[in-house]
Order: sequence, then structure tokens, then C-alpha cells
Amino acid sequence: MLLVLVFISGLLFAAGLGISGMTQPEKVSAFLNIMGDWDPSLVLVLMSASGSYFVGRKIMARRDSLDHTSKKTSREKISIDKSLIGGSALFGIGWGMVGFCPGPALVAVSTASPVAILFTVSMILGMIGYNVLAQYSIGVSPKDETIGKKEIAN
Amino acid sequence: MDDFTPFASIIGGTILGIAALILFATVKRIAGVSGIIGGLLLFKKNDTAWRVVFLSGLIFGGLILSKVYPKTLSIELTYSTPALILAGLLVGFGSRIGNGCTSGHGICGLGRLQPHSMVAVISFLTTGIITATIVGTLLRGVI
Repeated sequence: MLLVLVFISGLLFAAGLGISGMTQPEKVSAFLNIMGDWDPSLVLVLMSASGSYFVGRKIMARRDSLDHTSKKTSREKISIDKSLIGGSALFGIGWGMVGFCPGPALVAVSTASPVAILFTVSMILGMIGYNVLAQYSIGVSPKDETIGKKEIAN
Repeated sequence: MDDFTPFASIIGGTILGIAALILFATVKRIAGVSGIIGGLLLFKKNDTAWRVVFLSGLIFGGLILSKVYPKTLSIELTYSTPALILAGLLVGFGSRIGNGCTSGHGICGLGRLQPHSMVAVISFLTTGIITATIVGTLLRGVI
């Protein structure tokens, strides 16, 4: 049952990207290119998406705090360092080049668009490259940023 | 600003927020697409199913979109193969070092008022704007 909801979440995520125009790389580029025919749509997408997420998480947190049987959780701290800033900067260069980021690229793969497939395969290779580097060169295990909350030990 | 679509953007954005909330409510995970794919590539036990299901939903959603709303997925990019490969590598590698992408840092991170996500968003928006402006205006889209 849980996985059905996860699937619905994926479906809705694709719908949200499509409706908001984010699956059109041209539209993303039209936002990022400030000297062209500027299209501010992306700002509204980001604001409404993070805004509704903010409200929803607040409601969930309030409900959790009323439920005394739920386990106490604390957020995993991610530090602001060179990797965060430099990695995001590299991400931005790739994003700015063609207007694709991971979500929309994957949604576009469904149409068998050669452009989307080429981009997505390269993206996955980039991720594997990171995992390999993280394991063999830096000596740390690759991180998993999807874990939003970590249970406190004991 | 001929192509500005405020209503569609706000409706679509709100749906994105709701989708991310459903994922958090069910599996307590952040809806960051780069992290979900990246984590899948680590092949950890007991941590694969939800990732595969979410990503399948994303692709299946794309399939539905292309049938009911084909305009959203008519991609007409004319970039060269090396440019597409380089962009893909940078997006994949960069999002993993930087711990997230537009969805993880942008939607969920900003939605949780996380300082590190705000820094990440400022960083990728800065290089994204510089790159897209160079590509779109100076190079006239030819890369």
C-alpha cells in the first residue's frame, strides 16, 4: 500500500513538472538567460512548490508532536562547505547549458527523445563517477541526501 | 515575456509540493531526484524498492503527459552530442557532490528553510544564469 502511494507521488511529481513547464528545457533556459526574452515562470514554480511543502511539513510536524507515541527525530545536519557550493556550481553549469535537470530529464526519457536519453545516460555516468571517486579516492562512503531525518541513537 | 505562464506555474509548483509531501508522509524521504537516483546506484539492501517505484512513477507520469499534454514534452533541442554529454555529466556529478539538485535543495530544502539548501540554490542559480546567458545570448544557442 505504501509503495502505491510512492508511485502516485512519482506520477504527481511528473504531472507537476509538466504542468509548470519545467519539462521544457527551452522554458528553463528562458528563465536562466537574463539577456534574452526573459520568462520568470520558474521563480513561481519554486515558490509555490517550496511554499506548499513548507506548509505541509509544518502540519505534519504539529500532528507528530501531538502524538506522544511517535519517535523523536532530529534533522541530519549537512554542512555548508566547498563540496556543497562547488558541486552545486558544477550542477548549475550543466543545467544552464541545456536547461535539463534530473527530474525533467527522467520524465522526458519516457518519450524516447534521443536528446533526453543521451543527457540522462551521461547524468547517470556522472553519478556513478562520483560514487566511484567517493569510495576509492576520498575514502568516505557516498552520501545519501534523501534521508531527511535521522533517528537519535538510544 | 511572451511565454510567461504564471497560473500553470503556480498550479504545477503546488502539485510538486504535494507530491514531495506524499513521499515524506509515506517513506520519510526527501523528494530529491538526484539523490533518489544516486542512492539507487549504491545498491544498498532494503533501500531500493521505494526508489524504483518513485522513479517508475516519474517515467510513467511522463508517458501519460506525452499523451494528454504533448506540448509539455515536445523537446526541440539542437545542441551537439558532446554538449549534451558534458551537461549530463556535470549535472550528475555536481548534484551528487553538492548533495542535491533543483528538487532536493530547491523544493524540499527551501521548503524546510534549510540554510545549506539556500546556499546550494544560490550557487547553482548563479552558475546556471551565467552559463545560460552565455550559451543563449553570446553563442546564440550553438553549443
